Formats: sequence, structure tokens, C-alpha cells
Amino acid sequence: MIAIFFKRIILAIPVLFAVASITFFLIKLAPGGPFDADRAVSPQVLKNLNEAYNLDASNWEQYLDYMSGLLRGDLGPSFRFPGRSVAEMITTGLPVTFELAFYAILIALLMGVFSGVLAALKRNTFLDFIPMAIAMIGICVPTFLMGPLLVLIFGINLEILPVSGWGQLPGDKILPSLTLGFAYAAYIARLSRGGMLEVLNQDFIRTARAKGLTERMVVVKHAMQGGLIPVVSFLGPAIAGLLAGSFVVETIFQIPGLGRFYVEAAFNRDYTMILGTTIFFSAMIVFFNLLSDLAALWLNPRSRDAS
Amino acid sequence: MKNNSLWSDAIYRLTRNKAAMFGGLILILLIVSAALAPWIAPYSYSYQDLNLGASPPSSDHLLGTDVLGRDLLSRILYGARISLLVGFVATGVALVIGVSWGIIAGYAGGRVDSVMMRIVDVLYGLPFIIFIILLMVIFGRNLWLLFGAIGAVEWLTMARIVRGQVIGLKNQEFVLAAKAMGVSNLSMFRRHLLPNILGPIAVYATLTIPQVMLLEGFLSFLGLGIQPPMSSWGTLIKDGVESMEEFGWLLIYPGITFTITLFALNFFGDGLRDALDPKTTDN
Repeated sequence: MIAIFFKRIILAIPVLFAVASITFFLIKLAPGGPFDADRAVSPQVLKNLNEAYNLDASNWEQYLDYMSGLLRGDLGPSFRFPGRSVAEMITTGLPVTFELAFYAILIALLMGVFSGVLAALKRNTFLDFIPMAIAMIGICVPTFLMGPLLVLIFGINLEILPVSGWGQLPGDKILPSLTLGFAYAAYIARLSRGGMLEVLNQDFIRTARAKGLTERMVVVKHAMQGGLIPVVSFLGPAIAGLLAGSFVVETIFQIPGLGRFYVEAAFNRDYTMILGTTIFFSAMIVFFNLLSDLAALWLNPRSRDAS
Repeated sequence: MKNNSLWSDAIYRLTRNKAAMFGGLILILLIVSAALAPWIAPYSYSYQDLNLGASPPSSDHLLGTDVLGRDLLSRILYGARISLLVGFVATGVALVIGVSWGIIAGYAGGRVDSVMMRIVDVLYGLPFIIFIILLMVIFGRNLWLLFGAIGAVEWLTMARIVRGQVIGLKNQEFVLAAKAMGVSNLSMFRRHLLPNILGPIAVYATLTIPQVMLLEGFLSFLGLGIQPPMSSWGTLIKDGVESMEEFGWLLIYPGITFTITLFALNFFGDGLRDALDPKTTDN
């Protein structure tokens, strides 16, 4: 286990380094400087700006500069918002995005595992078909449609929940979390149903039943541990998907999180912000993938004993 | 049932599957109407009836008009062209990269295989959506770039599937015999390996199309994909959201069209998978 952990971490370092380098040079390829959009900037002002942001130095120098800053956790100043650093903006937006992602995952796990396990146990009955049909809807209705629809129904027509914001009005966290969590609930429901069906047919379940364990014990203690491994493996990649979802959800609901900052940075051509967040997102996703792989390994008794 | 029993069997099973056939029917309908959009659409996608503004569905404009007085039905039809085109072309790109990568890795085996698959593993763990956004920001929002960028992201799973299949095939007698007869690598891939893995490829390609369309919709929704006056379903939904409080139909109709298409693709893909590989039906 520990050996695998360190091997993966050592592998992750050059990957992140490559991501940072490639992103840096990609951005250098971009046509037009970051200040082009602002009209009526005198050449002198432009020159000062370039100097302040070190844009006059050679690409190579800028690269070394940036990378050494990166090692110290310094992601440079934002191009668009003078006086604010990228690291500062990430630390402002991150807690919000984390909170949103946490609620979404929580909703997804609760809804998904419950309905998936239930569907597997009551296979080919009403309790199987209905949740799976709803799951299909969750997979086919994209987040960017689900969000507005929920707003339209609960926010505008029924007027029971706020239509935007985060932590300003009571209940304004419900719709964003639900929007983001629903699609994952659908995937998790399908995965846990599939995983459970596979496990429920195995010999050790029959043994457990033959020992006279209650059905509840068989399901909770024996079947779910193996049956939910696909769900655990899915959680790592799901974090990456949640991130993309957070772009949409934070834009729809006007939430001041990292996702919205990123989308705004992309629109404003705020290059240092794009660069910094890309590297940060990559690091985060590599880390969560690592965690979910390790958890899946640990849950699977075969690989646990082998290592 | 004469020469290719796998496929004729599969088609038989597919035609028995009502959900899949229904999905397929909707898809054919959509593709045909998208292809014929310039002839069957009542108006041009950019024609503005400024007297109207946003008007609810009526006999002149079956699905109403948007805030600029453009006919929504026509825009959905023209949008279908873009959305489906992105879906198919980007899937095609993913297919070419993924299949080549998987065949080479699986067939070569050994060190080449492990290096190639390591690369896939590493790429799997990266937030590709961000790189697509990055590319769109840097190189402008260009339709062909969008195809390439999405295709370049979606090939990973295809490579894994194909590699697994090729490894299973590579030690079978007919491949060994072909090898012993001195068949070149290229014709080995083309004549012996590829035809035997077409099933899984077809299934996965069908299931990739909705993912690609979702990705395009997502980018267009954020304003980073298709640019006006062109419209895809993603941009129509985006426009619909902006005015949904007063003009709900502008969100509802494009949304329904998009969702139905994704349903159809998923049902058809699932049906195809079950038809080609009855063993997996249970999952």
C-alpha cells in the first residue's frame, strides 16, 4: 500500500511539472496581449504594464521566473485585477467551490447508493425500474439545462428557493448542490446497481446466507463492501467532472467560487489567472484520483492482502 | 446468416429491442432533418422579424421566436446541423486516435505497450475540460479546433478498449498463421485485427457521441464554443436561460430537443452493446 502510494506520488510530480510547462508555453502562443482589449491605453502606460508584469523579458526568462515562483507557491499577480494575486483569488474561491462540491457529492452518494442498492436487491421490480429510469434522466439532462430548469420551477414559479447566490439567503445552497449532485447520483446509482448485482451472485454471499445471517447483515456487511468498489473508483474521476460542473453551476447561480473565476478569467484573457488555476486544478485532480484509487485498492481484499 | 453471423445475429437482436429501435428512429429523423435544414426550415437561422421580438409559438412560428425575432424552429434545425456535426466529427477524431493507439499498444506489447498505456493513464488523470477551454481562449473559437480538441480528449477510453481486444486476439491461431506467412503489420491491422474488433468499437463510438455533444453544449453554454450568429443546441439553451423568466419556450424547446437526442443516442448505444455482446446485458 505505502509503496504504491509513494510510487504514484513520485509519478505525479513530473506530470504536474509537464502540465505547468505546457500550459505556460501554450499561453505564450496566444495572439494579442492581455491588455489589448482596453482601448485608449497610451504606449507609455502599456510599457509600464508590460514591465510591471515582466512581459518584456524573454519567454525563457519568464518561464524560469514563473516556475521558481510556483515552487514557492507564488502564482503571480492577476492580469485583470491589479493588486490581487492569483494565489489570493484561489484561496478566496476554493472554500466556496469545495463546499459546493462536498454537498453535491454527499447528495450524489446518498441518493445514488441508496437507490442503486435497492434496485439491485429488488431486481426487475417496480423499485428497480423507477430509480433506473430517473437515473437515465439524470444522465441525459445536462447540468446546464438541469440548473435553469430547477431555477425555473423552484425559484421562479413556486418561489420557494432563492434563484442565485451562496450563503446570503437561507436555502440558497440547495439548488446549486442539487443541480451539481444529480448527474452524479445517476451515475452512482447505475454503478452501485451493477456492482451489487455482480457481488450478490457470488459464493461468499451464499455462504453468508447459509450461515444464517440476517439479510440486512448480508447486504450491509458483505455485499456492499465489494459491490461498491466501482463507486469508489468512480469518485476520483467524478471530482474532475464536478469541477467542470462547478463552472456551469457557479455561473448559473452567481456563486463566487473558483469555477466562476476560471470562466471569467478565460473570457478576460487573464493569462496568469488561467495558468495558475489550470495548474492548481490539475494538482487537485491528480491528488483526488490517487486517493480514490487507494481507497478502491484498500476495499478490495484481494489487492489489500497482496501488497 | 451466411457469411457474417455475428452481425446478422446482432441486427436481429437489435431489431427486437424496442427502446433501441425507437432511439435509432429518432436519430435517423434528426439526421435527415438536420441535413435538409436549408430546405425544410421555414426561415433562415439569421432572419430577423424585428416587429415580432420574442413571440410565443404561433401558426407562423411553430415554436415561437427569440428576442431578436428569429424563428426558433429554424434555429433548432440549423443548430442540429452543428450539434450533430460536432458529435460525429469529434467522435471520428477520437476513433481514429484511440483505435490506432490501442491497436499499436496491444499488438506491440511489452515495453511499447506499457509506455503507451502509462501515457493514457496519466492523461486520464488530467482535467481536460480545462485544456479545451484553454485552447479555445488561445486560438479563438473556431469550429474545426473544437472538433479536434474534443476528439483529442475523448480517445482515451477507446484506446483502452481496443488494446484489451487486440491482446485477446493476438495469440489466436489465425493471427499467428498470418504472421507466419509474413503479412505486413499494416495489413495485419487492417485485414485481421480491425474487422474482429469492430463490434466494441461501434458500441463505444455510439456512446461517445452523446458525451461529445454534451461537451460541446457545455462549452457553448459558457460562451466558449459555437459563436453567434451560428447556433448549436448549447448556444440556444444559453440564450434560452438568459430570457427564461419571461420567455420560457426559448429554454424549453431547445432543451427538450437536446435531451431527446441524448436519450436516443444512449438507448441506441446500449441496445447495440447488448446486441453485439449478449453477455453484458445484465449490467
